[in-house]
Amino acid sequence: MYYKRISADEKGIHFHFDEVWQNRYLIYLLVKRGFISRYKQTILGPAWALIQPLMTTIVFTFIFGNVARLADCGAVPTFLFYMCGNITWHFFAGCLTGTANTFVLNRGIMGKVYFPRLCMPISSVLNQLISSGIQSAMFLVFLVIYLFIPQYSIIVNAYALMAPILVLQMALLGMGCGIIISAATTKYRDLQFLVSFGVSLWMYATPVAYSMDLFKSSAVLQIIVRANPMSSVIEMMRYGFLGPDAGSLDWLSYGWSWIFTLIVFLCGVLLFNKVERTFMDTV
Amino acid sequence: MGEKILTIEHVSKKYRLGMIGGTTLRNELQRKRAKRRGLEDPTAKVGSKSSGEMGEEFLALDDISFSVDKGERIGIIGHNGAGKSTLLKLISRITAPSTGSIEMNGRIASMLEVGTGFHPELSGRENIYMNGAILGMTKAEIDRKIEDIIDFSECRQFIETPVKRYSSGMYVKLAFSVAAHLDAEIMIMDEVLAVGDMAFQKKCIEKMSQVSESEGRTILYVSHNMNTIRQLCSRCIVLDHGHLVFDGDVEQAIAIYMGHDSKEYCSHIEVTPQMRDPLWPDPPVSIEEIFAESPDGIISFGDKLRFQVRIRNRKEEQAQVYLRIVTRTSGGVSVSMASSPEKIAVGAKEDCLVRVCLDVSRVVPGSYSLSFALVESGALGSATNVDVLSGAYSFSILANHAFNHSAAWYTQWWGNYAMNDLEIEPQ
Repeated sequence: MYYKRISADEKGIHFHFDEVWQNRYLIYLLVKRGFISRYKQTILGPAWALIQPLMTTIVFTFIFGNVARLADCGAVPTFLFYMCGNITWHFFAGCLTGTANTFVLNRGIMGKVYFPRLCMPISSVLNQLISSGIQSAMFLVFLVIYLFIPQYSIIVNAYALMAPILVLQMALLGMGCGIIISAATTKYRDLQFLVSFGVSLWMYATPVAYSMDLFKSSAVLQIIVRANPMSSVIEMMRYGFLGPDAGSLDWLSYGWSWIFTLIVFLCGVLLFNKVERTFMDTV
Repeated sequence: MGEKILTIEHVSKKYRLGMIGGTTLRNELQRKRAKRRGLEDPTAKVGSKSSGEMGEEFLALDDISFSVDKGERIGIIGHNGAGKSTLLKLISRITAPSTGSIEMNGRIASMLEVGTGFHPELSGRENIYMNGAILGMTKAEIDRKIEDIIDFSECRQFIETPVKRYSSGMYVKLAFSVAAHLDAEIMIMDEVLAVGDMAFQKKCIEKMSQVSESEGRTILYVSHNMNTIRQLCSRCIVLDHGHLVFDGDVEQAIAIYMGHDSKEYCSHIEVTPQMRDPLWPDPPVSIEEIFAESPDGIISFGDKLRFQVRIRNRKEEQAQVYLRIVTRTSGGVSVSMASSPEKIAVGAKEDCLVRVCLDVSRVVPGSYSLSFALVESGALGSATNVDVLSGAYSFSILANHAFNHSAAWYTQWWGNYAMNDLEIEPQ
């Protein structure tokens, strides 16, 4: 009934999804543990999750919005423009960095007991979902406040319902990239440093700090930004919640983004599959 | 019994030595570039021998094969570096074998470290759930057993406090308690009982024996504590530098591990000058040969040892000496001494062969060595050593049903000599 065979030459791809499902209670506990350990014995507790995006948004609004005038969003308040972009980007970045360090960070526990290694990245993504959820609640509160200020015109439309799909897409892309990086860092530790500033640079290639029409004049730059899989996600999120002035619907870019995401995720899982059996020998 | 639950076939594990994986991408690229140009390795330390490739291969396990029946309790012993932990890691699926295969017919519960997954901020109760989930239990299972687990761990008073406040003993008790209640068919333990006091170790061994007998669980137990191996295991495997050197009886395995195996055993000892104690280097009356009757140096509890000892007298007159034999454990603890009741007379410039019987029938099972000495008694009853051979002969005593009614014997509390049973006299 519980027959299992481990051999040196294991051919084929084993996804172990059934084992991951069997361990769902473990994933729940890992998420709970990550959450509790972050906020236990702190004064503000989970409210700390709100401080960082709030501060970043204020700084962005002032520097990029008012001083540099990079946000061309018409009647939509620049504060909301930046907050929406920031929170969305923060979720993606969190998924990626959380997954990227998973092998190195958890090698202690993984070296002592067996559980499907995929549980770790999944629990890290779920943790990120929770903190982003709290941040989104804060965003909605501000959104409602601004709706009542007559000088701004915010058009919340049906595309806001795309949000769950966009979240799923970002999670897959973040996990995929994170797994690929993670599999590489088991051997070469310096790739870890590449991750954090790599993600920062990626943010500047995405319309988070500025709006898409900044590159109206240059065709080359436009292609580069549109090829970035995260661009269309951010744009669509802003379009849905704030209206056509804040974002745009670029179906070509979005379609490409989904294709890129699926390819990266599949590559990631395959690579993970190959590495997880023996990574303990080199990490 | 007889149903195979775990089969290990031709399993090897190869590791690559050297700075594998701890290096940086830059170093590796530098090395590759230099190698391509035929230059020396720029990242090697100054003055060290350059190893051509990234590192030689090291065989942690070399072609290990054995199988385990359901309900067996197997001890795995060996010196540090023998490959015990590597073998357990392979069975626990933490890493994969380089060759061979492992088949198992049951769930594995492995305790390779105490408190895996324990988080210092969580309370004892929360950590029980955490640890249980990591080891493979479902929430329903833990709910059912939580009271038993808390009882066994003797930590009920502190169960709601964060684990970072626990003493190391409480930590171990809690961690072991969770593992002891796992529902797996195969349990693997790697020296986890080393921490924890004697009372707790005893409790754990009893619990392990009990679950093995009543629920038919198979146990693989690695330890350096030979007493716990003796108490728990019915079969023992000895690993040495990655090879499986012995698979069978526990006492024999321990004897081999201690270095008293039959390959090194010698039943005919010819005394060389190096074997004599340096305080008496050139004795006029000396022991020249010892013939032991036992062919392999392994006797059962209750047996006696028989020898023939050749004594040589180099003096011009007749010598009269006592023969004294001191029994010590392989760890150097003295057990007792026996000497000849009367003097042995050896003629001038003659050899004499003496048949000796040493009554070790009440000595506790284990590994021992004998020291032989010739003693002269002077005037007024003083005794002087003439020739001393320390640790000349080694042997092992195996337990049998006659020993302590098959119960456990704790040498650390009761010594190495079993006195006769008490006689309960009628009123």
